Amino acid sequence: MGVEIRVEDLNAWYGTVHTLHDVSLHIPANHVTALIGPSGCGKSTFVRCLNRLHETNPSARAEGTVLMGDIDIYKDASPVEIRRRVGMVFQRPNPFPTMSIYDNVASGLKLNGFRKKRILDEVVERSLKQAALWDEVKDDLKKKSGASLSGGQQQRLCIARALAVDPEVLLMDEPASALDPVSTAKIEDLIFKLKSQYTIVIVTHNMQQAARVAENTGFFLMGKLVEFAATAKIFTNPSDKRTEDYITGRFG
Amino acid sequence: MGSNPRSLMNEPETIPLSPLSPEARAPLAALKPIVVHQAAGVVAVAAPAPSSVIRDFLQAKSSGRVADGAFASVMVVCALSIFAIVLLIVFVLVSKSRLSIHAFGWKFFAGQVWDPVSGDFGALPFIYGTVVSSILAVIMAVPLALAVSIFLLDICPKFLRGPISFLTELLAAIPSVVYGLWGIFVLVPIIRDQVGPVLEKYLGWTGLFVEPNFGVGMFTASVILAIMIFPVISSISRDVMRAVPVNQREAALALGATRWEMLRIGVLRNARMGIIGSVILGLGRALGETMAVTMVIGNHPDIVKNLFAPGYTLASVIANEFTEATGDLYLSALIEIGLALFIVTIVVNAIARLLVWAVIRGNTARAH
Amino acid sequence: MSPLPIRSRHVERFLTLRRSATNHLVTGLAVISTIVVLVPLIAILGYLIYKGASSLNLAFFTHVPVPVGETGGGMANAIAGSSVILGLASLLGIPLGIGAGVYLAEYARGTWLGAGVRFTADVLNGVPSIVMGLAAYALIVAKQQHFSALAGGVALAIMMVPTVARTTEEMLATVPNPVREAALGLGIPKWRTVLSVSLRTASPGIITGCMLAFARVAGETAPLLFTAFGNQFWNFNVNQPIAALPLQIYIYALSPYDEWHRLAWAGALVLMVLIMVSVTLVRIFANRGVLKGGD
Repeated sequence: MGVEIRVEDLNAWYGTVHTLHDVSLHIPANHVTALIGPSGCGKSTFVRCLNRLHETNPSARAEGTVLMGDIDIYKDASPVEIRRRVGMVFQRPNPFPTMSIYDNVASGLKLNGFRKKRILDEVVERSLKQAALWDEVKDDLKKKSGASLSGGQQQRLCIARALAVDPEVLLMDEPASALDPVSTAKIEDLIFKLKSQYTIVIVTHNMQQAARVAENTGFFLMGKLVEFAATAKIFTNPSDKRTEDYITGRFG
Repeated sequence: MGSNPRSLMNEPETIPLSPLSPEARAPLAALKPIVVHQAAGVVAVAAPAPSSVIRDFLQAKSSGRVADGAFASVMVVCALSIFAIVLLIVFVLVSKSRLSIHAFGWKFFAGQVWDPVSGDFGALPFIYGTVVSSILAVIMAVPLALAVSIFLLDICPKFLRGPISFLTELLAAIPSVVYGLWGIFVLVPIIRDQVGPVLEKYLGWTGLFVEPNFGVGMFTASVILAIMIFPVISSISRDVMRAVPVNQREAALALGATRWEMLRIGVLRNARMGIIGSVILGLGRALGETMAVTMVIGNHPDIVKNLFAPGYTLASVIANEFTEATGDLYLSALIEIGLALFIVTIVVNAIARLLVWAVIRGNTARAH
Repeated sequence: MSPLPIRSRHVERFLTLRRSATNHLVTGLAVISTIVVLVPLIAILGYLIYKGASSLNLAFFTHVPVPVGETGGGMANAIAGSSVILGLASLLGIPLGIGAGVYLAEYARGTWLGAGVRFTADVLNGVPSIVMGLAAYALIVAKQQHFSALAGGVALAIMMVPTVARTTEEMLATVPNPVREAALGLGIPKWRTVLSVSLRTASPGIITGCMLAFARVAGETAPLLFTAFGNQFWNFNVNQPIAALPLQIYIYALSPYDEWHRLAWAGALVLMVLIMVSVTLVRIFANRGVLKGGD
């Protein structure tokens, strides 16, 4: 159900700062791809280029080719159309504070004009179950606001919200970094269960996390993609010395 | 060696995609409510019916570019209305005062005579009245405002802080006409009967406080103005003082300063520019204050030293005489006064805002 | 190494005492000043209640002014007239102001145009209200050759726009950016994000700002002096001169009749109560808005 992503020579700038240099990679469909690297190496920027969210910053610019399936997301479609096909989960949970849990999950549909209540109910339930949050909130769907949940619950709510629009790709920018270990474990569990249905790209600081959930891993350093390989290879037998230095903790 | 990602990749079995190509989109007409029952607790593997319904719906939706553009345009128009308001005021005032500008030129602002009967209009008495009453008001208000700001900032017990600052803000909410009403019936008799004689006795030698004292006059107007501009100066001074980073205060205390010394060295010195800005803002407010002043200043275009004598301000003469102005020249002269008032208050306010903005910016930047 | 200067114990004690005394003096002055400032406030409010409460009766709210010499009468037409003018002003001023605020917060962050609009709005807020009245006079009254509620409403609307714009902008700025990004990330177009996410989240604060602007112009007299002009009788026609509460207070206060003075106090009390209710509601709303919006 997911779609593959091919990136060719992607460059990005914030104002005059060149944040991504000639990044090329192939993200396979229905697999989990992890992106690791030290702070500020461009992995978040890269992921935001995949759903054109970096464009919301007026001084940002991107050049290159990003093919989602056979659509060039920069040339063949508008940002809004792309973002409807690509879901994103952010580092800090950001549920809509004035909306109930139900409205939060359904927001991607309701705010895009979808009105059929029966289907919305189905979708909300399905998404919350996929996000492993259903049992905890099923009695308070419309009574509690999204912001009244705990941190880990909020993040699962955001995942449910992203899943409700049935995306083909799920981007996760350090989804568990602001959470406690129990919630982190729940989310990693989630990713494992979801990967058969979506193409998942996860940015993470935590190498063990990458090793646990991802089939493939890419190592970013200073805006360049240094190495991209099967996770097992990256962590046991990396080809590039810089990768090895990072993995063994010499920096970052 | 090398890190060509593609060579290291296992191409996975590619699953048929759902691209955006038109042929692949199911027609929207096929959207019907489909009830799919799912076993509780099972993580649904993409139940095909609702999923494709949603994807089809979303893919068929327009990207909203037209609506985005229209919405943004409406917002821009609203924002430009602010410029339009300023330009409108300037245009309208200038065109209507042209008659008077033609007749008197620059001498208008030096002329001491304001005689509607003979058609001789000079604005100096009003300039004098406005400036004197405003400066007096500032002299009276600033020490009080600073003292109260310091009190609320540091000395006041925490539980009192909210109520007292609320009360001082309430002073700002009282309409000008209510101040004037209170002024006429309460303040004027006090100044006439109680405060006046005392001032005359001790300060009469300066020539500022001499008979006759009817209660209405420059001094009373200044007192009311002081009360009215006090909240402005006080609240902005407090904002500016609060923006001074705490480490400045801590540094002074660590050196063994008393509370007053800590405030003087650690807060006031840093907030100096901002406090000056707030004072200028208060001055700007005093310059344009109309109703309360009109009701207690006596409305007599004379230039005298005695503060108990009636005076007249730029705003007051407009308020008083506009509806009874006969003749185009009279009206035009009044509008020219309005134009002068507009320009002066804009300049004063612009300077003050720049000062306050620069200081708060500078201090919050330094704190990081 | 030069020897440290040694001050005699007496000098040390004197200096310390002086510093301590100064400190206490300043503290005392600060406390006294606060009391001094609160005195006129309490005096004004107290006097208002004392003089105005006795004159507040049903007649005040239902009758129009009666001829001089007769007792009774009220300011019903002034209250109604104020409602008309304020309604007009809000209708014109609030949408424009909110639109400008939305532009500043959602479309113009960090741009020169945005900074210009913001600065102009701040400066406009400091222009004396009588100048707005003059502008409305020249624009409408002079052309129509008669006073009208419309002109009064326009004068007040011009005052509301910059105030509402700035408070709207400030409230929208409190909406955390990640919330906007979440909406955009879902493929919700920008206009819908602004309406259904940003504005909705900031709405308690925005409503507060509108109420503040409303309370501020409700007490304004100067702009109405030669636009709405005042009216001794009932009038709901927007194109005719109309009474207004603050205007009526002004006229009555300056008159030589005791009966009218009594009405002026009552009117002032009503005006103050309305304003105080708004200001207090604003405070309650503001606190609730902050808590409700989540951290």
